[in-house]
Amino acid sequence: MPARIHLQREAFDAAREAAKLAAGRADVGAVVTFIGICRGEEAGVPISALTLEHYPGMAEAEIARHVETAETRWSLLGVSVIHRYGRIEPGEPIVLVVTASSHRHDAFAAAEFLMDYLKTRAPFWKRVEHAQGVDWVGAKSSDDAAADRWSKPPGRRQAAE
Amino acid sequence: MMPRWFRRPGVKLLYFAWVRERIGKPDEEIELPADVQTVGDLMNWLCSRGEEYAHAFDNPKVIRAAIDRAHVKPETTIMGAREIAFFPPMTGG
Repeated sequence: MPARIHLQREAFDAAREAAKLAAGRADVGAVVTFIGICRGEEAGVPISALTLEHYPGMAEAEIARHVETAETRWSLLGVSVIHRYGRIEPGEPIVLVVTASSHRHDAFAAAEFLMDYLKTRAPFWKRVEHAQGVDWVGAKSSDDAAADRWSKPPGRRQAAE
Repeated sequence: MMPRWFRRPGVKLLYFAWVRERIGKPDEEIELPADVQTVGDLMNWLCSRGEEYAHAFDNPKVIRAAIDRAHVKPETTIMGAREIAFFPPMTGG
């Protein structure tokens, strides 16, 4: 099944997206659904909303490149990625990654890989609204470290798994 | 080296997030001098165009760039590029 990649303003229905990947087939044994949600604070400061800016065209292309990498690295039977842009309030979903595979390991690993790369490589920028005004969110070095661990030599990673 | 008289077709520059805010526009079409050959050269040349550019690129190490919608490094050549984007580190997901 070709990967589904959508950028949209509207909220999404995670359960429906997950169901689509398994519908009508008997080879799917695992579906992992990750939902990223807008928190009510950023760096300890309460926020009223965040606004996501993106680079149309490149955002889709960059996500597609990482989905392709995931598909060569793990045995996947379906991938669905939805990333929202525009204004999002605390409690609302921001991003959805759904992966399907025969066995759970591939779906778990691919979903985590995709999220780590989405955070650091997909061209999206968050701006938060708080009592003092608006601020661009700074990139976190912990996110870079999370993405970097996937580029370690594959021999060692497989031995550890 | 290209001869000095060579004029390249215009290239589209795009700016995002606080780079866009500091420069004061989301995009522009420009003609580049022939001696601007890499992404890093382009950042330096833009800085010479005015205060707003110098402010946007005052810490070039944090600026990321893309050519034709794929990430590139400062040393990447801009030869043949149609669209070049500059932006801060990404904070999606």
